[in-house]
Order: sequence, then C-alpha cells, then structure tokens
Amino acid sequence: MAKTNGLCLGISEQEARLKDYIEKTGRDPSLLLSYLQEAQEIFGYLPEEVQVIISKETGIPLADIYGVVTFYSQFSLVPKGRNSISVCLGTACYVKGAGDILARIKELLNIEVGGVTEDGLFSLDATRCVGACGLAPVVLINKDVYPKMTVDAVEEVLKKYRNKEEPGE
Amino acid sequence: MDEKMVNLKINGLAVQARAGSTILEAARRVNIEIPTLCHLKGINEIGACRICVVEVKNAKSLVPACVYPVSEGMEVKTNTLKVQKSRRMTLELILSDHRKDCVNCVRSKNCELQNLSNDLGVDFLRFGKHEKEPMPESSTVHLIRDNSKCILCRRCIAMCGAVQGVSVLAPVERGFRTKVSTAFDKKLSDVPCVKCGQCIAVCPTGALTDKEYTQEVWEALEDPDKHVVIGTAPSARATLGECFGMPIGTNVEGKMVAALRRLGFDGVFDVDTAADLTIMEEGTELLERLEKGGPFPLITSCSPGWIGFAEYFYPEFLPNISSCKSPQQMFGAIMKTYYAKKKGIDPKDIFVVTVMPCTAKKYEITRSGQSAAGSGIPDVDVALTTREISRMITRAGIDFVNLPKEDFDPAFGEASGAAHIFGATGGVMEAALRTVAEILTGKPLERPEFHEVRGTKNIKEAEYDIAGKKIRVAVTSGLANARKLLDRIKNGEAEYHFVEIMGCPGGCVNGGGQPIQPGPVRGFTDLRSLRAKALYDEDRGMTLRKSHENETIKKLYEEFLEKPGSHKAHEILHTTYQPRSRY
Repeated sequence: MAKTNGLCLGISEQEARLKDYIEKTGRDPSLLLSYLQEAQEIFGYLPEEVQVIISKETGIPLADIYGVVTFYSQFSLVPKGRNSISVCLGTACYVKGAGDILARIKELLNIEVGGVTEDGLFSLDATRCVGACGLAPVVLINKDVYPKMTVDAVEEVLKKYRNKEEPGE
Repeated sequence: MDEKMVNLKINGLAVQARAGSTILEAARRVNIEIPTLCHLKGINEIGACRICVVEVKNAKSLVPACVYPVSEGMEVKTNTLKVQKSRRMTLELILSDHRKDCVNCVRSKNCELQNLSNDLGVDFLRFGKHEKEPMPESSTVHLIRDNSKCILCRRCIAMCGAVQGVSVLAPVERGFRTKVSTAFDKKLSDVPCVKCGQCIAVCPTGALTDKEYTQEVWEALEDPDKHVVIGTAPSARATLGECFGMPIGTNVEGKMVAALRRLGFDGVFDVDTAADLTIMEEGTELLERLEKGGPFPLITSCSPGWIGFAEYFYPEFLPNISSCKSPQQMFGAIMKTYYAKKKGIDPKDIFVVTVMPCTAKKYEITRSGQSAAGSGIPDVDVALTTREISRMITRAGIDFVNLPKEDFDPAFGEASGAAHIFGATGGVMEAALRTVAEILTGKPLERPEFHEVRGTKNIKEAEYDIAGKKIRVAVTSGLANARKLLDRIKNGEAEYHFVEIMGCPGGCVNGGGQPIQPGPVRGFTDLRSLRAKALYDEDRGMTLRKSHENETIKKLYEEFLEKPGSHKAHEILHTTYQPRSRY
C-alpha cells in the first residue's frame, strides 16, 4: 500500500481505511492509542475531522481524544511536511552542538519547531534522545539517519530532498 | 455483614475498618478528619492533589489517605510535623499557580482552597507572588469558567464524564501546560454541554461559577413601570437555608417567602402550583397514550438538562418526551397570559423571575417556543439559581434565619404535596401516578404514596396494576444513569409506559444551581436524601396531596384553559424539541 506520508489527500479513501481498521479491531475504546497512531499514519496528522471519525466509531468523547492527542508529542494537530526532519536534542547530541544545527535548519527553512514550510516540503521537530548517542549529533529525515552532523553540512543534506521528485523513503 | 474487617491504629487509636476501605474512611470512624482537596467520594478518587498525605509506619514515603487502602496491623499518623510540612508545601505550590483574587471572588468564604490555607496555617507564600491574568470563558448562558483559578483537581471532569455521561471537559496538554478544556479548546457553547451545572457544584474554587443575573432583577425591582413577580421551584425551599448556615434538609418555605417579599417583589408565587398544572397536562398525555397504545415510554420533560442531553445524545427518543413545558415555563406562561389579563397589566410590563435549583433553567428560558404571550415576550425573564437568590437576600441586609414565616400570595400560591415532591427523584412520577390512578379507577387512592419510585437508587422500576391495566414505570436521575436506562430500552431489554428522567443525580434537590457543599460534606453526608426528606415530610403533613384536587388549578381550567390537553392548553403550555449535532 502506498504510503501517504504527507498531506491530507482524498479523504474518503483514507477515511475508509481508518474505519476498516477500527472495525477489524472491535471498536475497542481501550485501543485509542493504536487508533490514533494508525490515523496519523494514514492522514499524516490528526485534524478535528479525523478525531471526530474516531469518536463516532468508538464512542469515546471527542474531548477525551483531544486530551490524549495533546498529551503525547508523537501526535500532531497540524499537517506534516512531505519530509519530516527530527533533530535530536538529547543530552549527548545537545552538548555536541545539536542546538546550532537546529538553529541552522530553522534559518534555512524559515520555520519554527513544529512548523511546516510553505511549499509543504519540510516539517521540523525537535526530539528527545533517539538512542544513538554514539553518533551524536543526530538528525533524522524521514527514516534516514544523518550521524555526526555539522552546521555546515545542513544545506547540502536538505538540497538532496529538494531535488527529489518523490517524497521520502 | 460478612465483609472482612481489618484492625489498624490511627494516631494511636484502635480502629476497625472494612478491608478495601481507605485510610480516609477509617479515620472518619474515629472522628479524625484528614483534609482533602481533589477528592470527591465515589466520583473523583485519584489522589492527585496530595493534601491528604499521612505517615504510615514502614512506608517509604507519605501516602495519600484518600486512595490508600487499610491493612491489618497498619499504623497511621495523620498529623506529624512531616505531614503538616508536606501539606503546607503542596498548598503553597497549588497557590503559586492560582489567581488569588479572594476579595472579589464569589466563592470567598466558601472556597475549599481558601479554607484549607487558613486551616493548615499557610500564612506566608514563597512562590508565585506575581498575579495571574483572568482568563474568563463565558460563552454559555449559565456559567463562567476561569482557568486562572483552576487547580486541576479534575472534579468537574469526573462529574461531566462519569456521573453525567456528557464528557465535554477533559485534561488537555501535559506537564505545566495542563489545563481543563474542551475538544480543540472550543467555546463551551460550541460543544454538547447540557448546562446542568454539576461542574460548578463540585468546583472547590472559583474556577467555575454562575453567570450572575441578579443585576437585571435589581433593576426591574426599581423600575416603577414593571410588575415584578417571582416563583420558587419545589426544591429551593429544601436547600436555601444552607446558604445561611442552617442544617442540610431544613425546609425554609415560609422564611423564603418572607425574604422575597422584603426584596420588593410585587407577587411571590409558588412554581409548585405550576407543577400541579404540569401533572394535569402530562397525566393527560399519559392517559391518551395508554388509550392509543403508545408511543411508549412517555418520558418526563421537566428537566432542561435532560432535554439538552436528549437533543444531543438520544434524538431518537425525542418523540417519546412529553411535549409539556417545564413547571418553570408553565409558571411564566400563565403569569404573562391569564395573570396579566386578570390583573389588567400588559404582559410586556410583567417581569417574571424564578428561583431554580438549576443552571440549565437559564438556557431553558431562551429556548424557542417559550413565549406564550407572543414573540418577544419570554415566559420567564430571569431564572436565578438558589445561590443567586441567597446573594440577593444577603446584599439586601435581610436577616434570613430570624425571619418570620409567611405564605405565598394566594393568586398562585396553592400547591399540593404532589407538587412539593417534584424536587426529588421519583417525585414527578409519584405525583403523576396519584392523579392518573384516580382518573383511571374513578375512586380515591387508599394511600397516595408510591414508595417504589422513591429513594436514591440509580434506576428504580415498578409495575402497578391500575384499573386492570398494568403500568410499568422507571425512574432515573443523573445522565450517565439515563444513558444506561435508554440503552436498555433501545436494545429492547426493558419496556415501560412511563419514565421519569432528571438531569442531576438525586433530582432537583441536588441540582447544579443548589448551594455548594464542600467535598468532605458531599462525601460523608447523603445530601440527596436529607434534602429530599424535607419535601417528603412536607407532603406527608398536607391534606391536599394530589394535583387534580388543587382548587387554583381547577379554576384556571374553568376560566382560561378549558380542560387538560385542550387546544388552548397546547398553545400556552406545550413545546417542541429538535435534534442537535454533537460535533
């Protein structure tokens, strides 16, 4: 199945996939977290319309769902860019200069942490330790790992994604 | 009882307590009070605030007494220096993020946070001396929510969700940014809030308060062109005394009437009279449905919290709900039609105020189809809560406790015992049964009591054999209970002819507009039963105990409404409902 890692497109087909998943797992309110993860996988983010689908399918009140979505940093209320950048700000990465790398990315893309570029190409997040301290400082773009990043290398790395026709992977 | 008991010591005193009960409950048995703040027995037992911490021998740290179960041989100390220090620190930290607006706060003197700070000796604050900005949210007609005073105890959330099954409030975000909010931080008016006000009744601070309408009433009272009348709900007389320090369950009908007269109302009337009228109309509806064979069940319509709930969550039941306006609206409608005509006053110049146990009544007066005297002339102008009227009485310098007892004005003051018990869960059902049974059998009841529908059980059911007809009834209160009952009916697991649903647990005596009792009182006193008893006692002592024997009502039909269920009665006393979207 094609990954939609990106913007919210073609609602009805995506909606059918989410409803199908909830149906197959027995509309179980205790599975809310996995429903949200699946929904974010399908839609790329969790806008009100998507949370309403989950509420209607499971009977979980919308306020409760919103509470869970805003509790966990893994969930996003805004669309992600087609390429999702995560800068590790764990202790090891931080002391090795991750802060400067983050600042450089913000400067080049002209967005804040949690934001998306106007062309929808990049979104930027700061993460806690990704568990690769030996490679510090680490930047993740989609599923690609960039070890021992430097401020100077940032522009070159981003260029690779700008030039790609197909997003991600 | 074959429950297992355990032996423990609290502050050196030997205590026997039920296994599984908490230290807090065990301490109560030997008259040791452990302070609590977030705790609400049976509703919010999450050990969140840590005010109730105590020392337990051999425990690694202090433990929260409200959720910590007792065990055999346990030794508890509730008042050591360590405990005191911890409680004070916790309070200081809570206060550091609380807008300490006590001088201007409507909850001052009745604030659990303020009282604890005084009681536990928090006389100096080291943190958070900078003042927070107010953040009022006042989108609905009934309340103001101000998170700058919220201490995140989550009582309102538990009330809205577990007790009322409405769940429009939830904890949102995390850590220091956590707040009580709605889905997508929408205005309360844009989410399916049913306006029951139970959140206000359990808020320990001033984060949730009435939207106050007393100013409109003061202004009307001073306006020489206005004829200002007031009517009081059945349950207000059972609770108003609490606002003036009287014991819970004191019936203060006479003092209340005297106080209202001293406030300067031109007519002091009893909404109970309108409750008798409701029984005539609703009883007729039930008789018609029994004759026609449905649709069943007929469901009561007095509680606007329940009506809102049905419109949002159970629209499929709207055809089942009685088309009768609530007693409040019938009262207003009669004031602005029949009463206006008899007095020779233009309905536009009559200002109708009610005293209600309820915050949803503020919404009810704004609903469409609630202006019998013509568009632009609402049946009721202002619906005050019991709390608001107590503030007016205080502001006017009336010494409530020492007032003499006075009677309602006779024009609309006579009411039956059946109407008085409207304020308790099961009361409307019992009142209707008294009248319907006598009409069906054509002879007086031997005993007017229907004990099966009384009491605070979540769902009460009974079957009565009346004139050869089997009539099955059910009574519930609290909207999560209503959900259970409606689901059973929907799934075909239960069938009834007549169902009474009240939005608030225990009915109007425990309404969202009633005097606020702090958590420890709510937890260890049966508020609902004590307040209801005041009404049942009054009913028992009366000779007029059936709505259809009320002379005022008989005259009203003779002179004006023709007969119950007439075209005229429908125009003035009935209304409609519509489904509303939850999203």
